[in-house]
Amino acid sequence: MKEIYYEEIVNEVKEMCKRANYDLGEDVYTAFKRALTTERSETGKEVLTQLIENADIAKAERVPMCQDTGTAVFIVELGHDCRIVGGNLLDAINEGVARGYDEGYLRNSMIYHPLNRKNTGNNTPAIVHIELVEGEELTLHMTAKGGGAENMSALKMLKPSDGIEGIKNYILSIVKEAGPNACPPLIVGIGIGGNFERCAYLAKKSLFRPIGERHEDPAVAELEEELIGEINRLGIGPQGMGGSTTALDVKVEVESCHIAALPVAVNLNCHASRHQISMFK
Amino acid sequence: MEPRKITLPLTEADLHSLKAGDRVLLSGIVYTARDAAHKRMVEQEREGIVFPIDFAGQVIYYVGPTPSRPGEVIGSAGPTTSGRMDLYTPRLLEKGLKGMIGKGHRNQEVKDALVKHKAVYFGAVGGAAALISRSIKSAEVIAYEDLGTEAIRKLTIEDFPVFVINDIHGGDIYQEGVAKYKS
Repeated sequence: MKEIYYEEIVNEVKEMCKRANYDLGEDVYTAFKRALTTERSETGKEVLTQLIENADIAKAERVPMCQDTGTAVFIVELGHDCRIVGGNLLDAINEGVARGYDEGYLRNSMIYHPLNRKNTGNNTPAIVHIELVEGEELTLHMTAKGGGAENMSALKMLKPSDGIEGIKNYILSIVKEAGPNACPPLIVGIGIGGNFERCAYLAKKSLFRPIGERHEDPAVAELEEELIGEINRLGIGPQGMGGSTTALDVKVEVESCHIAALPVAVNLNCHASRHQISMFK
Repeated sequence: MEPRKITLPLTEADLHSLKAGDRVLLSGIVYTARDAAHKRMVEQEREGIVFPIDFAGQVIYYVGPTPSRPGEVIGSAGPTTSGRMDLYTPRLLEKGLKGMIGKGHRNQEVKDALVKHKAVYFGAVGGAAALISRSIKSAEVIAYEDLGTEAIRKLTIEDFPVFVINDIHGGDIYQEGVAKYKS
């Protein structure tokens, strides 16, 4: 049985929040650079140039790349043989988020109640998904998820007879409707299968995979590639002002579902795709 | 194409010559306001309380900046999604507002009001908040301080990078740009 101290988790989460907001991932940065060589629109190229410069400034000056420093979302892989000492895991994550957003001069965007809309003042609560895994390790996957792209995300319970074409048409319709609002170029996360709530989770989880990585199932990988092509042919382009770079990547996750069901969820991520991983060994 | 430099407030000639898709560097004064400030202004006006600032001829920037570090003018300050302000925008245009800076679609009512009242909607690059902050030279909260990041601030900007999204002639770069590159 491995023991991990509460304070260790707090400190690590605090640093993850800051790094996520200051340091754009190499995968996204490389994707910007590549898009700059293929983008057909001059306006689109100017947008990409600004995004590259923005990422450089944020990293060098330790300032947030985007003023929407997001909801802190965690996927936790918790080993069966791992025990948290000195407090519980959820409290540790929330305390780390509160400290990280305060110390890091990050914006507090969370409110207590969707109807009264009063700010909690420390960007908590984080949204935490826990997956139990074999072993004694604890791995935290964190993203700072902005509101603009999240607002344009959607889920639909399709009919099995809608098939692959129905799935694609639905995804394309959501990306089209989002247009400039979701801050393209996007990373498009797709969940197919599961049930209503599981499908949304799959879409979110898919966004944690690095840009350029294809799904291990060749059929799903092929679907990802087809969708990249079809989304980029929509013409939306960087910031929606027209162009050939609408999606930097498309990620699909699939899971078993009911004989009557074909749930599809589309979770859009803006280009400020901010992810961090920390493993406690 | 080199960007065009414009000093605020926008003149009649600026408003007529700006076309959807133009790249512009704005300098001068803008006021920040987003969801909560818009809601309060328009709701309080119905109760007879006047707007905290006279928007005639002015430009609003939809932004909720990150907290500034000691010595910093402002934190990161990129545009937020404008569509959430659509409900309140026609009233502000009636009051003489001449420009807005944000990102994303406006509804048809707002687009019609832009043509009617001769006002322009600019888009800044969403997510380029650290870069954009460099063009903000001063920031001062002038109303609704209790709203925190959503308070109304007066900003002095210099060469603030934007694109014209909707012009006074009905042009819309979101529609025109997509039509051009769709394949």
